[in-house]
Amino acid sequence: MSPSRSTRFVLYFYGVLVIFFLYLPLVSVGFASVSKARYLTFPIRRYSTQWYADAFVSETVRDLLTTSLKVAVVVTIISVISAFFGALAFARYNWRFRRTFQKIILLPIFFPQTVLGLALLMWFNSIGIIPTWKTAVVAHLVWIAPIATLIVAIRAYSFDPALEEAARDMGASTATIFKEITLPLLMPGLVSAGLFAFLLSWGNFPLSLFTTGADSTLPEWLYAKMVSGYSPLVPTLGVMSVVGSFLLIVIAISLMWLFRSIRESRAS
Amino acid sequence: MERLDQRLGFLSAIPLAVILGLSFLAPLVVVALFSIMPQKVFSLFNTPDFSAYSVFFSQGYYRSLLWSLGMAFASTLILFVICWPLAFGMAKVFRRFTLVITIFVVMSLFVSENIRLFGWVLTLMKGGLIEGHFRYYTGIGFDSPLYNTGIIVFGLIYVYLPFMLFPLAQGIAMVPDDARQAAADLGASRWQILTQIELPLAAPGIMVGSLLSFVLAAGALAESKLLGGQAVIVIADDIETAFTFGQNWPLGASLAMILILIIGSLAIFGVSRIDLDAIMGRKR
Repeated sequence: MSPSRSTRFVLYFYGVLVIFFLYLPLVSVGFASVSKARYLTFPIRRYSTQWYADAFVSETVRDLLTTSLKVAVVVTIISVISAFFGALAFARYNWRFRRTFQKIILLPIFFPQTVLGLALLMWFNSIGIIPTWKTAVVAHLVWIAPIATLIVAIRAYSFDPALEEAARDMGASTATIFKEITLPLLMPGLVSAGLFAFLLSWGNFPLSLFTTGADSTLPEWLYAKMVSGYSPLVPTLGVMSVVGSFLLIVIAISLMWLFRSIRESRAS
Repeated sequence: MERLDQRLGFLSAIPLAVILGLSFLAPLVVVALFSIMPQKVFSLFNTPDFSAYSVFFSQGYYRSLLWSLGMAFASTLILFVICWPLAFGMAKVFRRFTLVITIFVVMSLFVSENIRLFGWVLTLMKGGLIEGHFRYYTGIGFDSPLYNTGIIVFGLIYVYLPFMLFPLAQGIAMVPDDARQAAADLGASRWQILTQIELPLAAPGIMVGSLLSFVLAAGALAESKLLGGQAVIVIADDIETAFTFGQNWPLGASLAMILILIIGSLAIFGVSRIDLDAIMGRKR
């Protein structure tokens, strides 16, 4: 009962339409970033790259990028480490509270991030911590660590426990098994989890909003400018942030492809 | 082996448990405690009086909550209708194209939601991408659809589309082709197959997708601020105002608590029914 040719065509067309709908706003942002006029109207009459030049020399922009980068890097490292162990507890070992653990991991993903951000602000305040970019790391982890765990868990599900058991029967210690078997087998999952963690932290806005204190991440600054007082740098920085993420994805995918082809050529 | 699994499972759960304890459990407890403090205090060392909760009714905050829940409900319903055909295509019809759609949709998630919403402002505003070009070529202008409730629902649909699409596609993939084939052979119409085979069998995916988009939309803030121009005050907005301009943390906490209780019970209900091992493909 496969669908008719015309149904298939309509479905393909619909898919393309949804993708177009998802990316249309980014097209507008892209055009706005190269408009010369300070107050934007379409169609754009004169194009200029002046705002990009401004952004590259701006101190503010450098600070924003540094803060966003610091947060994203630390979040990525902690997420990947906790996701490695978390995924094993989630998918691999048969222990008593495994099902409960799975459900607890899922719960934060079902919570609106703005509310979580405010809750975190009150929590930091009540134990006397002044919010900085470091508290934003804790805030990002509430959402990103569970997602990273789920990504590694998908990989951990497809892994044959007999490999570990065989190593143990031959006398390998738990540490050796981790290093020689578990880690290499989960590696692809860890790489994707790391990529997701970095990009989700880089672009996250609702969790940063209340938890960065005097520091400000790029999405936060953009939001502040959007809500009060437009700056022509908003579309420009928006485009730079998007292009940065997409470049990272392309680099990561080509590196993974490169490693795989090197390994395959060595094996043969 | 059994005992080793028990021990290793427990030990490897610790790092994540610590993270969630510090970033999820503790903050929720603090909000709960703050919500019962007398109004306008900034520490937890006061005698609780629950007064902040009475303000919820007396000052009309329930209206924002109803708006939030209503718009979340509307966007979830529309998302379900919009996503079903595409999810069906991804699960049953497309082959390589499923991967293409997945990549494009996931990549859109990496773009900060406020940049994407701001893009819609530039697209839909008067003199924006659509109206500007339309007026330029035809000489006829029209009013921008921005700054009303409809556009907030539109923004929610836009932002939370992936959260409906992927669970739905996963749910539809769990409907066996044999069941649909058998129903068709026995003379069921397309509509009967949809309502009596596909919808019930894809129910886990439908539930996860609907819960996720409803819950996230109910607590959303940026859509109403950027696209809606605060045509409607949503509950997240009230919570934020109580914390920032209002300097009334117990009020903000009690509003947050009410939202958390509604969302939390839905989330726990949903999560407790999901069989993760089945969805994520455990082999043993």
